[in-house]
Amino acid sequence: MLVVEKNALSEEIESYVLKFGKDRSSLLPVLQAIQKKHSYVSDFAQQEVARLLDIHPVEVFSVISFYSFLHSKPTGRNIVRLCQTISCDMANKNKIVQAIEREIGIKFGETTKDNRITLEYTNCVGMCDQGPAMIINDRVYTKLDPEKAVNILNEIK
Amino acid sequence: MKTQSETNIIKTERTGPVLFSTYKRGEGIKKAVKQKREDILFELKDSGLKGRGGAGFPTSTKWMLTAAAKADKKFIVCNADEGEPGTFKDRVLLMEYPALVFEGMVIGGYTVGAKVGIVYLRAEYEYMLEQLENYLSNMREDNLLGEGILGTDFSFDISIRLGSGAYVCGEETALIESLEGNRGEPRNRPPFPVNTGYMGYPTSVNNVETLAAVPHIITKGGSWFKKHGTDKSTGSKLFSVSGDCENPGVYELPWGITIKELLEIVGAKNTKAVQVGGASGVCIPKTQFDRKLGYEDVPTGGSIIVFNESRDMLHVLKNFMEFFVEESCGQCTPCRIGNVKLLEGINMIERGDFTFKYINTLKELGKTMQVASKCGLGQSSPNSFISILENFKDEIFHTSGNNGLNGKAGK
Repeated sequence: MLVVEKNALSEEIESYVLKFGKDRSSLLPVLQAIQKKHSYVSDFAQQEVARLLDIHPVEVFSVISFYSFLHSKPTGRNIVRLCQTISCDMANKNKIVQAIEREIGIKFGETTKDNRITLEYTNCVGMCDQGPAMIINDRVYTKLDPEKAVNILNEIK
Repeated sequence: MKTQSETNIIKTERTGPVLFSTYKRGEGIKKAVKQKREDILFELKDSGLKGRGGAGFPTSTKWMLTAAAKADKKFIVCNADEGEPGTFKDRVLLMEYPALVFEGMVIGGYTVGAKVGIVYLRAEYEYMLEQLENYLSNMREDNLLGEGILGTDFSFDISIRLGSGAYVCGEETALIESLEGNRGEPRNRPPFPVNTGYMGYPTSVNNVETLAAVPHIITKGGSWFKKHGTDKSTGSKLFSVSGDCENPGVYELPWGITIKELLEIVGAKNTKAVQVGGASGVCIPKTQFDRKLGYEDVPTGGSIIVFNESRDMLHVLKNFMEFFVEESCGQCTPCRIGNVKLLEGINMIERGDFTFKYINTLKELGKTMQVASKCGLGQSSPNSFISILENFKDEIFHTSGNNGLNGKAGK
């Protein structure tokens, strides 16, 4: 990482801390903001958050590792989360999985080489009446069929 | 990027006896701020409203304890972290009836003496955030929120905090830990949040649906609310119905309705079993469909998952246990290791490589988890293991032919 990039990231994190408050309870909002912009919270970012909130870096890491929507390793620009819980499962989630994996050329849990998409499973997204459902970044897509799911994925940048 | 209103969620005209009955925006707050706090608590007590998240703790008692606690700050927290498989009622309430939820919080704040309300919204519902924030701004403009609400000296404001994808944060103490910036690991209780909650201050954590019932009770009275439902389960309940039925969705029905009646309403045919209360609930077989939904018989947070004859119950159980293995916070041993052991047992049955002796040992382990786990997650995760293996013995152990009709569609 270049010094300039480091400085820019530090400044960015400082602005989040300023916005949410220099307090332990701001930890999640700060991490969420970093996650949203960079699609993961790097080691350096974790250290900066720890320094600015005056807590130990390992505390920051332990929080990131706890929550499934926060990442400490790089992910793709778009995170696709397909619901794997029972109602979506019964609505033929597996057909969607096969179609997506075939079309995108990676398995769930992996990221495309061009960093465009990370595929993940997630637990119940609260769309059980309209399954199968998936969430891409912060948008929800429901009543998927294999063709529709693949078309949506091909469209995202 | 499409705007929020364009998100592809189906909206239907809803009617229902209590929550979906007509309500004029602001009416509840208007009436509440003219009343004494004691009168509101009395009205709530009279209504018999109990927590709608599933545990069923009387709301009036919770608010009374929070009101009675001595502290210079108090909080009202709205638990919008519905993660129970098969539950989506809070999504409907927040998208279509935000007035009820937010006004319930304001009335709660007035009653217990809190100035700050926090909505803990699950990360999966982030797409609602903009719409909800807009709604809050509108309330501020109309003086239903903020400094000196409706010309009184009562001030209250609501902020929304996002979760980050952890089922266990629906447990109230884990939710508070998460709000404080920690891992969402449940605390020991007591002390209860009503005394020592968010930042150590008295905090009332209420479910979205509980709060949504409050403005109705204030405007229409506790005795009106009591008219619906049964003696011990007053009012109505939102049921989130999914699975094998013609019309899945959210239904508002009075407590005390039988499973059979509910199945008829949603158009379920050839039903073999119903999972009541989500993955942590119990699986009710066909022979018990005349049981009543309510705190006195089958309590539930509202999740109803319907399985027809073609479903492989072992596969269903496996899906549930995989869920718990992933979502256990890992803090206490019975839950962290117990769930893994139960899942291993299911895999053994699937492979046909098991002894009945060992399966019985696992059932005992399940019962141990029910008493030894620290929070509701580990206490209730063995429910489906025990009830499915018990109620579907024939299918799972005796007739091998039925297995696999659903194609072992898991993973």
